[in-house]
Amino acid sequence: FYKASCLSSFRMQELLKWNGWGYNDSKFIFNKKGQAEFTGKRYRLGGMVLPTFKEWIEKTFGASLEHKTTSRASLNVNDVPPSIVNEEFLQDLRATKISYSQDAEDRVFRAHGHCLHEIFVLREGMFKRIPDIVVWPVCHEDVVKIVELACKHNLCIIPFGGGTSVSSALECPEEEKRTIVSLDTSQMNRILWIDEKNLTACVEAGIVGQDLEKQLAESGFCTGHEPDSMEFSSLGGWVATRASGMKKNIYGNIEDLVIHIKMVTPRGIVEKNCQVPRMSTGPDIHHFIMGSEGTLGVVTEVTIKIRPVPEYQKYGSVVFPNFERGVACLREVAKQRCAPASIRLVDNAQFQFGHALKPQVASIFTSFLDGLKKFYITKFKGFDPNILCVATLLFEGDREKVLQHEKQVYDIATKFGGLAAGEDNGQRGYMLTFVIAYIRDLGLDYYVIGESFETSVPWDRVLDLCRNVKERIVRECKEKGVQFAPLSTCRVTQTYDAGACVYFYFAFNYRGISDPIHVYEQIERAAREEILANGGSLSHHHGVGKLRKRWMKESISDVGLGMLRSVKEYVDPNNIFGNKNLL
Amino acid sequence: MTAVSHSFFICSQQKELTSKKRDEFEDILEERRLSSDLRYAMKCYTPVIYKGLSPCKPNAIKSAVLQSEQVQYVIKQLAKEMGESPDIIQEEAMEILDEMGHSMQLGAVRFFAFTLSKIFKQLFQRVCVNEEGMQRLQHAIQEHPVVLLPSHRSYVDFLMLSYLLYTYDLALPVIAAGIDFLGMKIVGELLRRAGAFFMRRSFGGNRLYWAVFSEYVKTMLRSGYAPIEFFLEGTRSRTAKTLTPKFGLLSIVMEPFLKREVFDTYLVPISISYERILEESLYAYELLGVPKPKESTSGLLKARRILSDNFGTIHIYVGQPVSLRTLASGRINRCPYNLVPRHLPQKPSEDIQEFVSDVAYKMELLQIENMVLSPWVLVAAILLQNLPAMDFELLIEKTLWLKGLTQTFGGFIEWPDNLCARKAVLSGLTLHANIARLVDGHVVLNDKGLEDGAVGEIVFKRALAILMCATYRNQLLNVFVRPSLVAVALQMTRSFRKEEVYSCFSFLRDVFSDEFIFFPGISLKDFEEGCFLLTKCDAIQTSQQEIYPTDKGSVIVSFLSAMFKPFVEGYQLIFRYLSKETKEAFTEKQLIPGVRNFVFQLLEKGNTQCYEALSSDMQKNALAALVQLGAVKKKKIVETLLWDPATKFLNSLAGCFCLPLPFGFQSFSQGFDKQREQSCLFLIEGLLCVLE
Repeated sequence: FYKASCLSSFRMQELLKWNGWGYNDSKFIFNKKGQAEFTGKRYRLGGMVLPTFKEWIEKTFGASLEHKTTSRASLNVNDVPPSIVNEEFLQDLRATKISYSQDAEDRVFRAHGHCLHEIFVLREGMFKRIPDIVVWPVCHEDVVKIVELACKHNLCIIPFGGGTSVSSALECPEEEKRTIVSLDTSQMNRILWIDEKNLTACVEAGIVGQDLEKQLAESGFCTGHEPDSMEFSSLGGWVATRASGMKKNIYGNIEDLVIHIKMVTPRGIVEKNCQVPRMSTGPDIHHFIMGSEGTLGVVTEVTIKIRPVPEYQKYGSVVFPNFERGVACLREVAKQRCAPASIRLVDNAQFQFGHALKPQVASIFTSFLDGLKKFYITKFKGFDPNILCVATLLFEGDREKVLQHEKQVYDIATKFGGLAAGEDNGQRGYMLTFVIAYIRDLGLDYYVIGESFETSVPWDRVLDLCRNVKERIVRECKEKGVQFAPLSTCRVTQTYDAGACVYFYFAFNYRGISDPIHVYEQIERAAREEILANGGSLSHHHGVGKLRKRWMKESISDVGLGMLRSVKEYVDPNNIFGNKNLL
Repeated sequence: MTAVSHSFFICSQQKELTSKKRDEFEDILEERRLSSDLRYAMKCYTPVIYKGLSPCKPNAIKSAVLQSEQVQYVIKQLAKEMGESPDIIQEEAMEILDEMGHSMQLGAVRFFAFTLSKIFKQLFQRVCVNEEGMQRLQHAIQEHPVVLLPSHRSYVDFLMLSYLLYTYDLALPVIAAGIDFLGMKIVGELLRRAGAFFMRRSFGGNRLYWAVFSEYVKTMLRSGYAPIEFFLEGTRSRTAKTLTPKFGLLSIVMEPFLKREVFDTYLVPISISYERILEESLYAYELLGVPKPKESTSGLLKARRILSDNFGTIHIYVGQPVSLRTLASGRINRCPYNLVPRHLPQKPSEDIQEFVSDVAYKMELLQIENMVLSPWVLVAAILLQNLPAMDFELLIEKTLWLKGLTQTFGGFIEWPDNLCARKAVLSGLTLHANIARLVDGHVVLNDKGLEDGAVGEIVFKRALAILMCATYRNQLLNVFVRPSLVAVALQMTRSFRKEEVYSCFSFLRDVFSDEFIFFPGISLKDFEEGCFLLTKCDAIQTSQQEIYPTDKGSVIVSFLSAMFKPFVEGYQLIFRYLSKETKEAFTEKQLIPGVRNFVFQLLEKGNTQCYEALSSDMQKNALAALVQLGAVKKKKIVETLLWDPATKFLNSLAGCFCLPLPFGFQSFSQGFDKQREQSCLFLIEGLLCVLE
C-alpha cells in the first residue's frame, strides 16, 4: 500500500480555512504599507508583494480599503443546529468500529461546498440544516456497512469528498427530517495497485488529486487529470460530477480516464466483471454513475488510466490583437487536432487582471525588459492594450516532439495575428489558476462578491455567447442597483472538435445593497438563462447540484429526466442518498 | 408562457394609456428659413455610430453577403437541385445584390439635403419634431442595432425622415423601398445613393432571392452599419388609417436577436402626421379605381402648382425605442434555434410567428398613440355626419366638444392653448379649401363638378369629396374604435346585458380586424378599455351584469356609432353583394369592380348614402375579414388566387347587420393599375422643378 499525505487527516479543517478557500496560511492581504501580498510558502506567489493589485481593485470595483467587512472570527458553536441521532443507530455504528463524530465544527465543515452564498453564510450566518453526524469509513467494506445501517435505520447519507462543490451539491435539504449522515471518504485514500502492463491503477475514491499525482509520481506515473481544484478535490468527487481536467487534450476527461468503478448503493454493489478499454453491453453503466452527484450511492474504488510522467513540459503564451482572432486561432488549432496539453484564451479584462497580479520585479533589468516587450506589442505591432488578449499554452511529452508541436501551434497563431509572448507569461497564467480562488476571500473583506461559472458551446457561437453573457451581467447589475460596473470577464479553457468550454468570472462591489446574495443569485441566474439562450450547456464540468436543477428539464427533455428518475427509483427507492441533487 | 407574456403586452399598453406625457415639438424648418441651405447641405456631418461598428463601404457589405454561409448554403443547395454550376447561381445572386443594394454616398445625401430644404420650405409651414425623441434615438443608435418603423402616409415619409436624421447629425438609415422605384431611372439611382435598397414586391417562392435579401438586411443590422428603416404597413395607407402590418421584413430584422447574434435590437416606432397629405386627391381617385384625369397630372405645370400650394404642418414623433430583448423575455422557446446551425434557412416556429405578429401590432399601436391630430381632423369627422351642409357656428361648437372627447380617449391633439375654436376651424377650412368651404354661414363639401354632368358624374364627384374628407376623419378612428364599437354594439343588441354587448363587440372586432388595429387575441381587454373610456366620459354606466347609456350619454353614443356607420353599412353592402351576386369563385380583380358597380348603382338610385363602400380599401379589408372568419376560402389555381364564398355563412353575416337593401346592376369605369407610378411622378416632378 502507498501512504496518504497531509490532507487525509480526520480533521482536515485544521489545515484549511473554515470560512474560505484553501489553506489557512495562504491568503491575500494588504500589508502595513497598504500593498497587496500573498502569504504562505505553498505557492510560487507566496510572500510576494503585488504593487499594482490594490489599484486594480480600486479601479475595477470602486472598492476602497477603508470600507471593510469582517467575518466572524470563528464558528459560534451555539448557533449550530443540534445533532439528532438515534441511539440504536449509534450502537450499531459503534459495533462496526467506524470512526464518527458529532462535533459541531466537524459537521459544519461538511455542510457546504464553495458557492458564494455558502461562504457568505459561514462568514455571517448559519446553515439551517447540517449533517447530524460525520462518519469516516476507511475502506469499501466500511461503506457497505454504513449504507446497510442507513437502510436499516432509514437515514439520509450525503457522501463528502474534498468539499469543493460549486453547485450547492453538499448543502443539506432543509426539509430533511431523517438523521443526515455525512459520509467523509477522506480515509479511503490508498492506491490499491498499479498495473504497469495495462497502465492502470486501482485507487480508493477518497484520495485527493494532489496526493494521487504525488504518489503515482513516485512510481513514475501520473493520471494527468488536473482540475483547477485538484489540490483538494477527490477522485470520487470527480466521478460523481463528471469532472474535466486542464490537460484533457492529452489525458482525456474523467469519462475517458475511468476503466472501472465500484459503487455501493442501497440496492447493492454495482461494478463490471472485467477491466477492459471498451465493451458493448448495452448503455454503459458508468454513465449512470458519472455525474450522479451522490444521488445513487458512494463510489469506493476506481480503476483509472495512468501514463508515464512526461519527460518534458514547456509553457508558452501568445498575444492576439483581439478576442475574435484568438478564438479563431483556437478553433483552427482544434480543427487541426494539434491542441497542446492545455490551451486557454483569456479576454482583455482577465489579461489586465493577470497583469495586476504581477509581483514586484526584483531587478531593473527585468522591468526594463518588460517595458520593452510592452513597447514592442503596443507601439510597434499596434495592439491596443485595452483590446488585446492572451492565450496560455502548456506542452507535454518528449522533448523533441514538444518542440515540434510548439512550432506547429505558433505557426497557426501567427496566421491569426498572434505574437509569441514568452514562457514566463504562460507559466504565470497557470499558477494563477490555483491562487485565483483565494482572491474571493479578499474581495469579501472589501464588499466585493464574485463567482465563476462555466459552460460548453459550439464553436460558431463562442463569440456571441461570450459577448452576450458579459453584457447581460453588466446590464443586470445596473438594473439591480449595483452602483459600480461589475467585473464581467471570460476565458476559453478547453477546445474540442465541435466546440469549446468557456469560463466566466463575475464580481461586483455590493456597497449600498441590502441583500447582496439575493442580488448576486438573480444575476447569476440571468447569466445562466443567457448562456442557454445562446446555445450553451447548463454545465461543462461543475455539475448541476441544487443550484442549476431548475434547468434540467429544458436541458435533457422530460423523457430524459424520466430515464434518470427511473434509475434513481430502482437503485435507491427509499432515497437514502437524499441530497436532492440533479433531479 | 404565452398567457403571461400577453398580459405583459397588455399591461404595458394600459399603462401607456393612463400616463400619457408627451414630448414638446420643435420646428426644424425655422432654422432653414433663417440660414443658408447650401451651407446646411455642406455642413460637417459626423454622426454618432453603433459602438461595435467597424466602418465599411456599401460594396464590402455586398461581398460579405455573397460570401456568407447563409447565401453560400442556398447557392450550393440550388446548384445541386438544378444540376447547375454554383458559379452561375452565384452570378445570379450577385445580380440580385446589385439590383437590391444601396450605395450610400455623402454627395447624394448633401444633394438631397439642399433640394429637400428648398422643397419642404415651399410645401410645408412647419416640420415639428420631438427633440427628446431624437436624443433617445441618438442614444439608442450607439447602444444596439436600431430599426426605424415609421408610419406610411406619403412618399414624403422616408425623404423627411432621412432629412431629419441628417439635420440632427444622426446616422442615416438604409431604407427598404419597393423595386418599382427603380423604374424611374435617375430618381431610383439617386435614392439608392441616399441609402435606399430595393426589394421585389413578392419573392416568396424564390429561395435565392429570399436568402440574399434577408442576409443583406441582417448583415447590415448585425454590424450596426446603419439604422434600418422600413414600413410595417408595407405600402402607403391611402386612407390615412393604419394598415394591418406585414411580417416579412420584421421577422428578418428580429432574427439576429432571436439567434443571439446581437445582444439586443431597438425597434423605434415613429409617427408622422400630416396636416394635409400631399397625395390626398390621388388617393381618393385610386380608391375609386380611376386614374387621375389626364390634364391635372400633365407634367411640370401641375408640379409647379403643387409647390405653390400649402400643405400645412408635419409632426414627427419619434417614439421610445423598444427593446426586442425585453419583448422576447420569457416568451421564446430557445431550443429550435439551438438545435440547428444558425446559417441554415429555418421556417420560424409557430410561437415565433405569433411573437412577430404581436410585436408588429404593438409597434403599430405605438405609432397610432403618438399620431398628432389636427383640429381639421375633428372638423372632418363632424362634417361627415352632417352632409350636405352644416351651420358654421354649430360646427365650431361641435368641434370643441369633440376635442374634449378625443382627449379623454387618449388622442394627441395639436391645439395651441390660446387658439380659439373659431380660428382653428377657419384655418382648417383655409388649408383644406379643396375639400370644403364656407358659404353663407354654412360649411359645404366641395362636391360639385365644373358643370353639372350626368347622374353618374355627380355621384362620382361626391364620392371623391367624401373619401378625401374621410381621409382626415380616419385619423381619429383607431383612437375611437374601442369605445365606438361598444357604442355600436349597444345599439345593435338593444340590450343592456354585458354579456350580449360583449359578444356583439367581439363579433364586430373580428369583422373589422383588417380595418382597424387590434392587438391579437385580447378582445375582452379591448372591450373593457372601451367601456372604461365610455364611463370616463359619462356616456355609460356599468354594473356587474349590465351596461346602460346615461341620459346625457346618448349624444356621445350616437355620435360614436354614427362615426363608424359607414363601415357597418359598407361591409353590409359588400356582404350582400357577395351572397347574392356571386355564385362561384372569383378573383380580386373581378370582385372589386363588381362591388363598385353594385354600390355605385345603389347610390345613383339614392338607395344608399354609403359612398365609402366605393373604396377599394374597404372592399379588400372586408374580403380579408371574410377569409379570416371562414366565410370565404382562398384557393390557388395556377398562380391565380381565387376566393370561394360560403354563401350560407355570408347570408347569416349580412343578416347580422340586419338592414334590408334593394338590388340592381350597372357597369362603371374601372382600372387602377398605374396609380403608384403616378403618385411617384408627382413628387419627382416637384424635385425636378426645383432643380431647374
